[in-house]
Amino acid sequence: MITPTGTPRDATVLEARGVTKRFAGITALDNVDFTLHPGESLALMGENGAGKSTLIKVLTGVYQPDAGELHLGGTTTTFARPLDAQRSGISTIYQEVNLIPLLSVAQNIFLGREPRDRWGLIDFKQLNENARTLLDTYDIHVNVRRPLHRLALGMQQMVALARAVSIDARVVIMDEPTSSLEAREVETLFRVIGLLRAQGIAIVYVSHRMDEIYRVCDSVTVLRDGKSVHSGLLADLPRVELVSIMLGRSVEKTKRESLTAFGSARTSSQAPTLIATDLTRKHQISGISLEIRPGEVVGLGGLLGSGRSETLKALAGVMKVDNGHVRVGGRLVKNGSVSAAIRAGIVMLPEDRKAEGIIPNLSIRDNIVLAALPRLSVGGFTSRARQDAIVDVFMKRLRIKATSSSQLVSELSGGNQQKVMIARWLAMNPRVLLLDEPTRGIDVGAKAEVQALINELADEGLAIVMVSSEVEEVVEGSARVIVLRDGSVETELIGDEVTEHHLLSALVGEPITVTKELP
Amino acid sequence: MSVIVPEAGLPTTKRFDRETLALGAQKYGATVVLALLVVIGTIAFPTFASVSNVSNIATQSSFLVIVAAGMTFVILTGGIDLSVGSVFALGGVLAAYGSTFGSVEALLLPLVACGVIGMIQGFLVAYVGMAPFIVTLAGLLGVRGIVFASTNAGSNTPIVSDLSFKAIGQETLFGVRWPVIIAIVVIIVGTVLLTRSRGGQSILAVGGSESAAALMGVAVARIKFSVYVVSGLCAGLAGALNAAYSSSGVPTVGAGLELSAIAAVVIGGTLLTGGRGNLISTVVGVLLLSVIQNLINQVGSLSSSVQSVVSGLFLAIVVIVQTILSRTQRL
Repeated sequence: MITPTGTPRDATVLEARGVTKRFAGITALDNVDFTLHPGESLALMGENGAGKSTLIKVLTGVYQPDAGELHLGGTTTTFARPLDAQRSGISTIYQEVNLIPLLSVAQNIFLGREPRDRWGLIDFKQLNENARTLLDTYDIHVNVRRPLHRLALGMQQMVALARAVSIDARVVIMDEPTSSLEAREVETLFRVIGLLRAQGIAIVYVSHRMDEIYRVCDSVTVLRDGKSVHSGLLADLPRVELVSIMLGRSVEKTKRESLTAFGSARTSSQAPTLIATDLTRKHQISGISLEIRPGEVVGLGGLLGSGRSETLKALAGVMKVDNGHVRVGGRLVKNGSVSAAIRAGIVMLPEDRKAEGIIPNLSIRDNIVLAALPRLSVGGFTSRARQDAIVDVFMKRLRIKATSSSQLVSELSGGNQQKVMIARWLAMNPRVLLLDEPTRGIDVGAKAEVQALINELADEGLAIVMVSSEVEEVVEGSARVIVLRDGSVETELIGDEVTEHHLLSALVGEPITVTKELP
Repeated sequence: MSVIVPEAGLPTTKRFDRETLALGAQKYGATVVLALLVVIGTIAFPTFASVSNVSNIATQSSFLVIVAAGMTFVILTGGIDLSVGSVFALGGVLAAYGSTFGSVEALLLPLVACGVIGMIQGFLVAYVGMAPFIVTLAGLLGVRGIVFASTNAGSNTPIVSDLSFKAIGQETLFGVRWPVIIAIVVIIVGTVLLTRSRGGQSILAVGGSESAAALMGVAVARIKFSVYVVSGLCAGLAGALNAAYSSSGVPTVGAGLELSAIAAVVIGGTLLTGGRGNLISTVVGVLLLSVIQNLINQVGSLSSSVQSVVSGLFLAIVVIVQTILSRTQRL
C-alpha cells in the first residue's frame, strides 16, 4: 500500500498520455492526457458526449485505446480486459450498484476471493469475520450476513466501495456515486473517501454536482469534444470558469448576439397553455413550476444532471412524479401517463432520436402516422388514402427531402429524420411541443432549417419548450429561459436578460466575477 | 464517528411481514405441502406407507432427482436446459450398447457422450451467446433424432447384457436400491459444490446479476459453460441407471422429462430467474410430484391425467408466489 507520507507529489499512480479512441470514424477521445497522484482526488468533468465515459472505460480496460499509452505507477501498461485493470488496483464504483442482490454482504465483498479451509471449501465463519473487520475499519456497521438487496442503497454503495478497496485498490473511479443517495448517505461516502485518501488511494470522481466536486476534489480535468481542455487545481478555478471551460463558451460574451432567423424574441401575454406546479421526483427534480404560453419558445437551461431532461419527461408523462401536477388549458393531465399527455396535446421529441424516436426500418409514411393511427383508423382498420393525405401535407410543409413517402427513414439524413419525428407529433395536432436537443447530431445547414421550423410552429400558436446543451442555441432560440440547477429552478431569464453571460452565471449559481480568455 | 445506516425493508413493518411471509412460502412451502400429503396418504391408504410403496416412490424419483439436480445448476445461472429428456434416452441406449463390452463401458460411454452434448450446448450458450432456450430446444430435437437414427427409428431396443451393470440398477445396499443411493450421493456432492465452493458462489452470482458478476471478475462464460456440461452428465447418468434398472435402453423414454425436471426445480423453490435455490429443495420438488402421482394411483378411480392438472396447479401457485416475492423485494 502506498502511503502519502514520503511520497513525492510528482509521483503518479495512473497516467494516460495521448490516448485516442475512435468508433467507426468518430473520434471519442482525441490525444487525451490525464494524470493522477497517490491520495489525490480528481474531478473528471465534461458535458454529455465529451468523452468522460470513454476515458473511464479506457482506464478500466473495457476499451483499448487506438493510440497513446497508460502508465501505472511509472511503468507502461495495457489492460486487455476489465479484470486486468482490477488486478492492477483500479476499481470502479458505478452509478448503479453493481453487486449481486441475492448474496450476502460478506459474500459480495469477497466473491472470488473467499477464504477456504484445508478441504478447499469456503470457510463462512472466516468470511463473515473478514467482512466485519474490513467494514469496521471504515466505521460501517451492518450485519454482514444479510442479503445485499435488503440494505438501503447508500449502504449497498458502501459495500461496493469496501469490496473495491479490499482488492488492494490504488485507484478508485467513482461514476456519479451520489446520484441516488440521501444527504446523510452522501456524508458517509465522503467520510470514507477521506479515509481512502489518507491511505494513499487516488480517487477519480465523476459528478455533475458542483458543490460535491468542490468539496471532495482538489484537482480537475475537463474534457470537451474528446479533448482534455483543462487540468489543474480546483482551488484556482472559480465555478463559472469551470463551467465555461466545460461548455466551451467564453465568459466575456456578455452582449446578446444579433438575432438570427431563429429566435426573434417573442413573448406572449395570452393565457398559458401549460401550467406545471411543483413537479417533484426523488433524487431527480424538486418543486419545479413553470408556465408556457401559446406562441412562446421557452428554453430550459441547465447543466447535465440539473434535471432538464427529467423535467421534459415529467411534462410528457414519460416519468411519473411523486408530487405536483401538470395542467393543459386548465385541465389536469394524469400523472405518469404518456397517452394522457398526448390526448391533452403534449408531445415530446426525445433526446436520443435513434433509440427513442424513429423506427429505422419503417417508411417515412409509417413513421409519421404511427402515433396518429388510432385517430386515423375506423374499427381498428385504416385506409392508405387517409394516411397519405396527412403524410403529404407534412412532407411538404416540413420540406422533408426524400424520394417518396415509402423511403425508409434509416436512409434519411439526421435533419430529415428529425423532421419526420416532428411531423409525427404535428399529425396529432399538439398544443405543447417539448424538444430535447432538437439539433443534436444534425449538420449545420439542416440545423438552421430545423430551428426555422421551430419558429414557424411557435408563430402558429404552439407552446414550445426546448432543452439544448448548446448555450448559444438556448440563448438565440428562446424568448425566455428557465434555468435549472440540481433539480430545481434556479432563476428565470426574460428578454434582455437572455444572454450567454447571464445564462452561464445562472447555470453555476453564482455571479461572474472573473473573465479570462479560453484555451 | 460511527454511522449506522438503516436497512431497507425494516422501516415499514407491513412490507417486512409480507416479504417474510412470501420468503417463507417460497422456501418451505413445498416441504409443508409434501409433509401434509404424506400424512394424508398414510391415514387414507394403508398401503401408502408400506415398505414396498415407499421404496417404489424412492426408486421412481431417483432418476428424476439426478436429472433435476443438473437442471438446478442451469436454472440457478438463469438458463434452461430443454434437452435433458432426449439426453436421458441417449444415455440409456448408449449404456445398453456399452454393456455388450462390459460394465465400465456401459457407464462411461453414456457419460462421455452426454458430457460432450452438454459441452456443445454450453459452448453455444456461453461463448457464442445464443439463447439457452433455442440451443437446448435444438438439443431436444437433435439428440432425440440421433437416438432414433441409431435404433432403426426406435424399433430396436438394445438390451442390457452385462450382469454387473444390471445390478447397479436393480440390486440393493442395506435394502436401498443403488439408483437411490447414487441420487443421494449426487445431491450431497452437488450441495457441497454449490454452497461451499467458489464455483458454487459464482453460479449464484451469475444468476443473481450477470453483468455485475462479470464486473466483479467472475468468469461468467466458463460458469455458464460448465452448468450445461453438468446437466448433460446428470441426464446421461440418470439415463444409464434407468437402462440398468429396466434392463434395456428404450429409445422413446424421457419424452417430457425436461418439463418434469423444470417443474420439480421451480416447485422446490429455486428462482426461475436464477440466483437463489438449492438441491435439497429440488429433491422436495421431485418427491412432491412423485407423491402426488402415487396418491392418485392409490385412489385408482382417478385418471392419470388428473396428476398433470394437479402438478400444473402447483407450478402456477409457486410461480405466482415467486412473482409476488420478487415484487416485494424489488429484484
